[in-house]
Amino acid sequence: MSLLWAFLIGGAICLVGQIIMDLTPYEISTGHVLVGYVTLGAVASALGLYQPLVDIGGAGATIPLSGFGHGLVQGVLSGIKSQGILGVFMGGISANAAGIAAAVIFGYIMAVLFNPKG
Amino acid sequence: MATFTDPEKTSRLKEQMDQSRKQYEQEKYKKITQKHVPKVSILKNAVNAFWVGGLICAVAQTLFNIFSNAGFTVKEANAIVAMIMIFLGAFLTGIGVYDSIAKVGGAGAMVPVTGFANSIVAPAMEFKKEGYVFGIGAKMFSIAGPVLVYGIVTSIIVGLIAFTIM
Repeated sequence: MSLLWAFLIGGAICLVGQIIMDLTPYEISTGHVLVGYVTLGAVASALGLYQPLVDIGGAGATIPLSGFGHGLVQGVLSGIKSQGILGVFMGGISANAAGIAAAVIFGYIMAVLFNPKG
Repeated sequence: MATFTDPEKTSRLKEQMDQSRKQYEQEKYKKITQKHVPKVSILKNAVNAFWVGGLICAVAQTLFNIFSNAGFTVKEANAIVAMIMIFLGAFLTGIGVYDSIAKVGGAGAMVPVTGFANSIVAPAMEFKKEGYVFGIGAKMFSIAGPVLVYGIVTSIIVGLIAFTIM
């Protein structure tokens, strides 16, 4: 059951991105879409709109990049609870440290090992 | 209706009519293609984005269920799943498979973290010849950099607002 919800929510989040890309009259790059998703995810999380999506969709809501924005904001908010103003600066990145570290190390290793095809 | 007795005039008129009919047909065809081709591909792209993105998330959920059943907390399981998905996205980009997934899935392949990993590895590989510092080291962040900047800036602004309100 959790698989079906992850599929539906994750699929829906990606579908919205595709429609935005196709219906925007000028060309939008991958960078713009990803930046938009992180920012919107963070704002939605701050307004309390993203957590319900995570409760229903699980990985379907956390794996899209809007989930990274959500993770940052929730990290900051829980950081404030435990460390006050210091938590504003420490909470977000420490809550997502595994993902950020993984992106840097795996990204680096693969870029060193492999060469572009064609 | 006027009657045309002059044969030259009639043939000229016929030519003009033929031409304008041709023009009309061409315009009509243009309008039809403009109307239909994008609509069909928009629908097709949307469906592809949905199932590719959904499938990637379902894979992540499967991993999450495995690790959470193995006794990890939600936070730990989320971190492990993110790491595995990023590894997969980076590896599949390296061996050239993720490109084919992205060609079908569009945003469905870009928006999940696997796409984030792809956006790190692809430019880094491409600019490897510019060196390990300004090639790989810098180009890894050509898309990931802006994502981190806007994500962190937004979350800190939210944090400062929340801190003042609390």
